[in-house]
Amino acid sequence: MRRFVERHTFWALVILIVGAVFLWLIFAVWPEWLQAAFGRKKTFVNTLLNGITLGGLYFLVASGFTLVFGLMRNVNLAHGSMYLLGAYIGYEVADASGSWFLGLAVAFLAIALSGVLLQVLIFRHMAGDDLRQTLVTIGISIIAADLMLAIWTGTTYQFEPPEWLFGATELPIVSVVKSSGAAVYIKYPVYRLTVLAVAVGVGVALWLFLNRTKLGMMIRAGVNDREMLSASGVNVQLVFALVFAIGAGLAGFAGVVGGTALSIAPGEDIRYLLASLIVVIVGGLGSVTGAAIGALLIGLAEQFGLAYFPTYGVVLTFLIMVVVLAVRPQGLMGGR
Amino acid sequence: MLGHLKRTLAAAAIISLAAPAMAQDGTIKMGALATLEGAFTVLGEDSMRGVELALEEFNYEAGGKKIELITGSSDASPDSAIRATRKLVEQDGVQVLIGPLSGSEGLAVKDYAKTQPDVTFLNGTSAAQDTTLRNPADNFFRFSTDGAQWMAGLGEYVYNEKGYRKVAVLAEDYSFPYTQVFGFLEPFCRLGGTAPQDARFWVPIGNKDYSSVIAALPDDVDAIYVALGGADAVNFLTQYEQAGGELPLVGGSITVDQTVLGSKGRTRDFVIGTPSAGPISDTWDNPGWADFVAAYQKQFPDGFPSPSLFAHGYYINTKAALLALNEVDGDLSDGGKKFREALSSLEFETPTGKVSLDERRQAIADIFLTEVIEGPDGGLLNKTIKVVPQVNQTLGVPYEDFLAYGQVGRENPSCE
Amino acid sequence: MDGRSLFSGSSPLAAVHPAAWLAALFLLAYPAFASHFFVFQIGAYSLILGTIALSLMMLAGYGGMVSLAQLTVAGLAGYLMAILGDNSVGVMGLGWPWWLTVPVAVLGAALFSAFVGAVSVRTEGIYTIMITLAIAVAFFYFVRQNYVIFNGFTGFAGVEPPRLFGLYWRDPVPFYYLALAVAAASTAAVAYAARSPFGLGLQAIRDNPRRMRALGYNVTLHRIVAYFLAGAIAGTAGVLLVWFNGRISPGSVGVDVVIDILVIAVVGGMRHPIGPFLGAIAFVLLENFAIDLIDRERFNTVIGLAFLLVVLYSPDGLLGLWVRIRTKIRATRRVRPESGRTEEEDPRLVGSTKET
Repeated sequence: MRRFVERHTFWALVILIVGAVFLWLIFAVWPEWLQAAFGRKKTFVNTLLNGITLGGLYFLVASGFTLVFGLMRNVNLAHGSMYLLGAYIGYEVADASGSWFLGLAVAFLAIALSGVLLQVLIFRHMAGDDLRQTLVTIGISIIAADLMLAIWTGTTYQFEPPEWLFGATELPIVSVVKSSGAAVYIKYPVYRLTVLAVAVGVGVALWLFLNRTKLGMMIRAGVNDREMLSASGVNVQLVFALVFAIGAGLAGFAGVVGGTALSIAPGEDIRYLLASLIVVIVGGLGSVTGAAIGALLIGLAEQFGLAYFPTYGVVLTFLIMVVVLAVRPQGLMGGR
Repeated sequence: MLGHLKRTLAAAAIISLAAPAMAQDGTIKMGALATLEGAFTVLGEDSMRGVELALEEFNYEAGGKKIELITGSSDASPDSAIRATRKLVEQDGVQVLIGPLSGSEGLAVKDYAKTQPDVTFLNGTSAAQDTTLRNPADNFFRFSTDGAQWMAGLGEYVYNEKGYRKVAVLAEDYSFPYTQVFGFLEPFCRLGGTAPQDARFWVPIGNKDYSSVIAALPDDVDAIYVALGGADAVNFLTQYEQAGGELPLVGGSITVDQTVLGSKGRTRDFVIGTPSAGPISDTWDNPGWADFVAAYQKQFPDGFPSPSLFAHGYYINTKAALLALNEVDGDLSDGGKKFREALSSLEFETPTGKVSLDERRQAIADIFLTEVIEGPDGGLLNKTIKVVPQVNQTLGVPYEDFLAYGQVGRENPSCE
Repeated sequence: MDGRSLFSGSSPLAAVHPAAWLAALFLLAYPAFASHFFVFQIGAYSLILGTIALSLMMLAGYGGMVSLAQLTVAGLAGYLMAILGDNSVGVMGLGWPWWLTVPVAVLGAALFSAFVGAVSVRTEGIYTIMITLAIAVAFFYFVRQNYVIFNGFTGFAGVEPPRLFGLYWRDPVPFYYLALAVAAASTAAVAYAARSPFGLGLQAIRDNPRRMRALGYNVTLHRIVAYFLAGAIAGTAGVLLVWFNGRISPGSVGVDVVIDILVIAVVGGMRHPIGPFLGAIAFVLLENFAIDLIDRERFNTVIGLAFLLVVLYSPDGLLGLWVRIRTKIRATRRVRPESGRTEEEDPRLVGSTKET
C-alpha cells in the first residue's frame, strides 16, 4: 500500500477524498439540499447495503464458475442449473428434516458430487476441446431445466431459515432526525447481512485455500500453465475433479443461501447464470479476486438501477459489461 | 449425405400429402389452446380441466353432433400461440377454437382470427383490454372479463369505505398489471383520489428483490396498491414485513389469492383487512358456485383444491360455445355464420352469475369484491364483501370517453 | 474423434451432386403437392430458421466464433421493419415504403452484428458464447422495457409484406418461394465465400490467429467483417421472420429462442451449409407434431437430449451421422479379401442400394 501511495500519489489522494465523502454520506444526517437532490437517505443507504449484500450473493455463485474456468478452461453454462438444483435439493431436505443447515450441507455435497461425475464421465474425455465442452454444458442445462420443471413445477418455494436469522436489526446509521431531536436508525434485515458475512467468509476461505495450501498452489500453477502442472507429476485429473467439485458445490450452496433470501422458481437458473457471466467477464475469468470486485460492482449497479431508474436498470449491468469489454477485454483483474 | 436429405424430404412429402384433416359429418372439431409448456404449465392444465368440465356436462355432444377435442400448446409467447393456432385451424381443421390463456397471446390470436373468417374463436382467459376494445375481430368472442373489469368496485370501495385519498402503486412492468392498475385507479381518481407518478413503482418482470423498492416507498400515502403475481407477492409481503412496513395494502386480483395466503411461512397478520377484487371468489356461498366446485373436485381429484380462475374462464367460454351449438343444431355449414349470431346474442347463468356480450363481443359479468379475514382455524381467507353486478368493459363510462383514456400504460390514468 | 471436427468447416461434399438437383427440384415443386399449412408453417418457417442458423454456422464453422446473438440480429431487423414501416399498434410506424425499410433493416442488422463482433472478437474464442449470450439477453430486456421505440412488452403487430406484381407476398405459396430464394441465395453466398480468399483467410484465422497476424492480416477487422456478413444474412431472415409472424415482441428474441437456433445449427451439422436447414426441418416438425405423438410438455427435454447426443457422439449433427454411416458401409464393402472380386462384381452386393 505504501508503494501504491508513493507511486500514484494523485490517485491515492482522490481515493482518500472519495472515501471520506462516502463515509460522511453514510454516517451524517443529510441536509435539506442533499435530500432534494438524491431522495431520502434511507433509500440511499438501503440501496447501498442491498447492493453490497447482493454482490456477496453473486460472489458466492460466480466464484465457483470462475474457479472451474480458470483451471479447466471450461465455461460451465450449466452453472445456473446447478444453483437451482442445489436450491431445490436443499429445500426438500430442509423441509423433510426441519433443519435448514442440513439442507445447506446436503445441497453442497449433492451438487459437488454431480460436478465430479460430470468431470470424470464427460469432460475428461473432451480435454482440449473447450467449445465442445461448453456446448455439452448447454445441453445439460436445457435438459436439467426441463426436468426440474417437471419435478417441481412452476410453483415458487420458500425456505424457512432458523428464527434467529430472520427479522430486522437496527444499524448504527441515522436515517432522519425527528423534530423531537430523537434519531431514527436504519433497520436492515439480518438475513442479508448474514449472506454478506457468508460471502466474505467463503471468499477468505477460498483465498486461504488457493494461496496457503499445497493443493491451492497446484491449482494456481495449473491456471497459469496446465501442461506444466501435469509435467511436474501431479495427478491432474484428480485436481480437476476436486476443483469441479468445489465449483459445483459452491453453486449448490449459493442456491440454498440465495433461495432463502429470494425464493426459488424456474428461471432463477438463467438469471444467476447470466449474473455469473457478467461478473466474471467484468472481473476477469479465472480470478477469484476479480469475481469479488465484479460481483460488488454488478450488485451495486443492479440495486441502484432498480431503486433510481427501474425502467432501464436491468440494462445497466450489461452496459457495464460492454464498457469493460471495450476498455479492458480481459476483465478488470484478468491476466493476459 | 444428400441421400439422407432426400430421405428426410421424402418423409416430409409423405406427411404433407396427407391433406388437412376434414371433419366428418357427425362430428364437430373443437380446439383448445393453453400454455402447456414452461413455467405456466400448471395454469394451462387447469384451463384444460375447465374445458373438459364443460364438455363433460354436455356429454361431449352439442347440437346433436359429437365433439372432438384437439389440444394445442403454447409457451405464453404470442409467436408460439399463433403457430399452435395455425396448426389447429389449418392442419387439424378445427371449426371452433377456445383459448388462449395469456393477454399478449390473446391479441395475437385475435389478429389471426381476422384471417380465418369461417372459424369461430372464443377466449380462454386472456385478459388484455385491446383484444376486444380496439379493432375487435368479428369472429372472436370473449365470455370472460378483462383485467380492468376484474378491478370493478375496488376503487370506489377504497375511496368511500376505507377513506383512502392518496395511494402508491407497486406493480410489475408489463401489460396485465397496467390493465389492473387502470381498472383500479380510473374510478378512484374520478372520485377525487390521487396516485402521483413518482409514487408508482414498476418493477421489472421476474424481480424478486423488493428491498430497494420498499426503501423508496413514500411515507405520506394512505395505502399501497400492490398488483403482483402469486410468488412475487409472497416475496414482497415477506420483505415488507421484514423492513417493518406499516402501510395498509390494496390487492390486485392475483395478489392475495389462496396461493399467497396459504403459502408457508410466517402468518401475515398485517395482510388482514386487505381488499381486492376479481372474477371469482373462493368463499362465495352461493349454490351455483358450490355445485361448480363440487363438480370440479369430483371430476378432477388430482386438481387444485378449488377451481382457479383459469379453469373458470375456460369453462365459461367452452359452455358458451356448446350452448350456441345447441341453438343452431350443430350446423356450421355456412362457415359458422348462424353459430356466431347465436353466440352474439347468448346470455346464460354461470357459476358466478349471468354473462352476456356487448357489441364488441366482450363479456358483461359480475365481479367479486373481497377482503382478507382470519379464518376459524387461524388461517387466512378472502371473504366476499360484495358482488358488483354486470360490469361492462368500459366500467360504466361512455365508450368514446373510455377510449379517450388511451391504451393502458405506466402513466394511465394520470391522476396526479 | 478429432476434437476440432465440430468446427473444421471443410466438407467432403465439394462438387454439386446429381442428388442436389433432385433436392432442388423437390423444393421448387413442393407447393404443388403440399397443403398450405405445410408450405407456410413447415416449409417457409424451416427455411427462415435455417437461414438464421446458417449465419450462426458460418461464424462458428468457418470462423470458430459461436455467436448466440444471431437471432437477436434477426430480431432487430424485424423490429426495424415494424418501426420504420407500417404497424397496427400505433407506436412509431414511420410508414416508409418497403423498398426503403427492407434494405435499411438488413443494413441495421448487419451493423449491429458488426458491433457485437467488435465487442467480442478481442477476447479469446471461448468468451464469444458468453458475451453474445449476454448481449442477446440485454437486447431482450431493453426492448421489453422501452415503450417509446420498441413498444415494450406488447411489441408490434400488423407488419406485412407488400403487394407486388399482383401477389400478396404473405400468401403461403409466394412467401414460400421468397423464403426459398433467400435461403438459396444465403447458402450460395456462404458456400462461395468459404472458398474465396476472404473465407479461406477466415478459416486460417480460426485455426491460428497468431500466424495470420504475423502474415500481416488484420485479424480483428477480418472477423468483424465476417460478423457483418453473417448479420446481413440473419437480418434478411429477420425481415422474413417478422413477415411470417406478422408481429414481433420481446418473446421473439428471448433466451429460449436464442438457444433453439444454436440447437438447430449444431444438430443439423456445422460442416456444410445444408446442415442448418436439416436441423431446422427436424426442429419444426418436432415442434408441430410432438403434441400428437408424445407429451408436448417434455419437448425441451427431447430437444436437449438430441443436442447433447449430437455434441457427444456426432459433432457433425445429422449430416455427420449420415456421412459416418455411409463411410462405414463403404468400408465394409471394400474389405472383402476372400472373394477377390470388386464390389461391382460381387453378386452378393448386386442389387444393394448404390450409394448416392
